[in-house]
Amino acid sequence: MSNLTDLTVAGIRDGFRKGDFSAREVAEAFNAAVAAGKPLNAFLVETPEHALAAADEADRGRASAEFRPLSGVPLGIKDLFCTAGYQTTAASHILEGFVPTYESTITAKLFGAGAGMLGKLNLDQFAMGSSNETSYYGNVISPWRRKDGGNAALAPGGSSGGSSAAVAARMAPGATGTDTGGSIRQPAAFTGISGIKPTYGRCSRWGVVAFASSLDQAGPMARDVRDCAILLEAMSGFDPKDSTSLDLPVPQWEAGLSADLRGKKVGIPKEYRVEGMPPEIEALWQQGIAWARDAGAEIVEVSLPHTRYALPTYYIIAPAEASSNLARYDGVRYGERELPDHANLQEMYAATRAAGFGPEVKRRILIGTYVLSAGFYDAYYTKAQKVRALIARDFEQAFQQCDVLLTPTAPSAAFALGEKSADPLAMYLNDVFTVPASLAGLPAMSVPAGLDAQGLPLGLQIIGKPLDEQGVLNAGLAIEQRAGFNARAEKWW
Amino acid sequence: MSVDATTVRKIASLARIAVSDTEVDAMVPELNNILGWIEQLGEVDTDGVAPLAAVIPNHLRLRDDVVTDGNIRDQILKNAPQAEHGFFAVPKVIE
Repeated sequence: MSNLTDLTVAGIRDGFRKGDFSAREVAEAFNAAVAAGKPLNAFLVETPEHALAAADEADRGRASAEFRPLSGVPLGIKDLFCTAGYQTTAASHILEGFVPTYESTITAKLFGAGAGMLGKLNLDQFAMGSSNETSYYGNVISPWRRKDGGNAALAPGGSSGGSSAAVAARMAPGATGTDTGGSIRQPAAFTGISGIKPTYGRCSRWGVVAFASSLDQAGPMARDVRDCAILLEAMSGFDPKDSTSLDLPVPQWEAGLSADLRGKKVGIPKEYRVEGMPPEIEALWQQGIAWARDAGAEIVEVSLPHTRYALPTYYIIAPAEASSNLARYDGVRYGERELPDHANLQEMYAATRAAGFGPEVKRRILIGTYVLSAGFYDAYYTKAQKVRALIARDFEQAFQQCDVLLTPTAPSAAFALGEKSADPLAMYLNDVFTVPASLAGLPAMSVPAGLDAQGLPLGLQIIGKPLDEQGVLNAGLAIEQRAGFNARAEKWW
Repeated sequence: MSVDATTVRKIASLARIAVSDTEVDAMVPELNNILGWIEQLGEVDTDGVAPLAAVIPNHLRLRDDVVTDGNIRDQILKNAPQAEHGFFAVPKVIE
């Protein structure tokens, strides 16, 4: 039998149904890959028993021809999703040892659909970062290496860096991610996999450790577009426990997949270029445009004039919301407590938070506290919300001329660990192409489209109209079929 | 607008994060760098623009005013650093 860990989610699902292999064989193969993948530091907690239990249930179900949408499929779960009985830390020290007594809506849906859990995946602390270097539990190392022979450890992207590394290294056929400003799409691009952030409100935020609530959206990361469609269908749906959850039926995205773009207009936003962007990325973008045309689409140039203000807007709104959301970590109800001798309650709060949060989290809490403080609220926060309105309006106007937008996902290929971590601003700039769609709540995905001169993956991003995940997936499929991306990281671990 | 050491200490105190003098010294230029970059938003004409709080039009729902949860005290206390007699315990507070 071919290597089971090479199979996609669809391949596992369909092969299991046909009886080509048992769910237990699949779970055992991925459990072994997870165990062998420790040098990548992608998993914070390994849960082989969970994967096996789900597999055995799937195998029992097969005896009576009972199949659920994800029967036999094991998944990696980003450690931002609360999982009952399994430690959930958001890669922070302050939540070390926190074992939720409840299950997030998304993981409950996935497990209810038959999926098992291989483990909890590493990430940037509280999902704040673009390289996975802010985790309290160490960097995730990308399975990819430059072909210069230097063997520099590369960033898997962030914040969903454990998810991207695990899928790219064939340690999981698919994984959950979350995306606040690009945390699904940028790591997917860095590791040569696909990932989609749906429209804000499609996936319930209930039980997902909060970062910036008006931006946070969960979504799947997997090897190809079809797998993203399958997983997104299982993850989406109305949840009364999330006040911003959309009360809408979940479309059958997998059944609706079509790479035929005839009659569709693909918009090319002229502002999606930054100084110092490698010519390879511009060339790949042009190639993507040619592929879209080949798939039957009409290409139109559009303008999103406020693009350059998206990042500074994001770095007011996201820290502001984070400073409020993270106020809950007080050393009283859960997580770490730091109690110096003779400390009073206020001193305990301050000591707990000083010891429990990493430097990037503290930086963002302080910025958020500052921009929300008396006297500065209007100048920063209200101003940012107004610019956010203009960014959203840019998209609305562009979508009067086109159905989807095509852009590069990130302004560079994966960088080396340590290369940008000393300069917070340089790190923030990596999200320049992903943040605008987040601010507007739009569905957007990254698909692998080629390699740079160093043999590292590059991704193209498709941004769609609100609720048009189908249009995004279909354009993604058209690119995927033409790119024929089949490169994979050579195993060194 | 830029921040000095006194302001950073005040923000840290508002955020209930203890900071050492060394940390404050490191944070002042770092935060100023970020705040200076954010200030480019001042160039954008936002006269007459309403601030955007909800990106996807949605209305807040009301549900029936009935108890749907509860009787899970032990679950709620399970992760507390210090739980005593069915309560969260904190250092003595004297006002």
